[in-house]
Amino acid sequence: MGVITFKLTCLECGGEIEIPEDVISGEIVSCPDCGMDYEVEIAENGEVKLKPAEIEGEDWGE
Amino acid sequence: MKTLSLVSDRIRWDEKALIRAASSIGVDLKLVDPKSMFLKISVKPEDLSEVFGEVIINRCISYFRGLHIAALLEKAGLKVINSFKVMLVCGNKVFTDLALINANIPVPKTLLAFTKEGALKALDEIGFPAVIKPVIGSWGRLIALVKDKDSAQAIIESREQIRNALLQIYYIQEYVKRPPRDIRVLVIGDDVVAASYRYSPKNDWRTNVARGGVSKPCPITEELREIALQAAEAVGGGVLAIDCMESPNGLLVHEVNSTVEFRGLCSATGIDIPKKIIEYAIEVMKQ
Repeated sequence: MGVITFKLTCLECGGEIEIPEDVISGEIVSCPDCGMDYEVEIAENGEVKLKPAEIEGEDWGE
Repeated sequence: MKTLSLVSDRIRWDEKALIRAASSIGVDLKLVDPKSMFLKISVKPEDLSEVFGEVIINRCISYFRGLHIAALLEKAGLKVINSFKVMLVCGNKVFTDLALINANIPVPKTLLAFTKEGALKALDEIGFPAVIKPVIGSWGRLIALVKDKDSAQAIIESREQIRNALLQIYYIQEYVKRPPRDIRVLVIGDDVVAASYRYSPKNDWRTNVARGGVSKPCPITEELREIALQAAEAVGGGVLAIDCMESPNGLLVHEVNSTVEFRGLCSATGIDIPKKIIEYAIEVMKQ
């Protein structure tokens, strides 16, 4: 677990989502209030954004 | 100088572990998320190598996404771990069985049917309890243990209603009398790297870790080593998880996984599997 350096707002419920310092683009974070899953997107300029995570597909996993 | 990339559509524990392992041994691992890109269908390496490098660890969580990416990259002359052919064979239980049988590796008794009528006849032949599986499936989804004809009929009729052509292929397998566990063996290249028992959770007969199965260390016996290496070779080799059952007549291989989820195996054995995968990729880069 990395050090928490900042928070982003849940697009669904407005809750605060803690983003670890060492977050990687493509990682999944969840809103502690409503449970919504987001994928972290880090732009070339370093800006961190959240987009709704893909829903589990029937062909996911081993 | 060749570039190694990690193609991943979701960064899970396993992918983070691979990124950390590469960093710890000084390998520059390029991360590629295929979700928001398009690819050119081409046979020229330069059309794809700029984005993907020359050697690719394909870790797509979506099987079909990963399979098509492997096809494109490989056709353009890039090296994909695992190869398109290995993914194709391992992604389909029938193709896997055929490859294993071809190499004289014991597998559970299995019948294939294409309609409800055929499936019910197959179940009469194999007897109850039996197991019905989809030919392409993951995380134990839609795998059913059927104990009598009534429940079999209900499951087959439910599958008919799903209107999915693949679910109209009925893969019907004997229920192997085994302990409440199976054995997972990880093969990387020519090495048997780790093995674990996977115990079924309470209230489920399946052993998939994704279904709550619990991994415990398993000794790598000569028999296990031999059958795992043979199975890996039979499907084409690479980074593979061979799943075996302990039947009264010896080990049976019931699955070979091509996009291996290794978190349970790491925690059960303490073996640094991500590092071994990166080291294998480095060897592939040298070829």
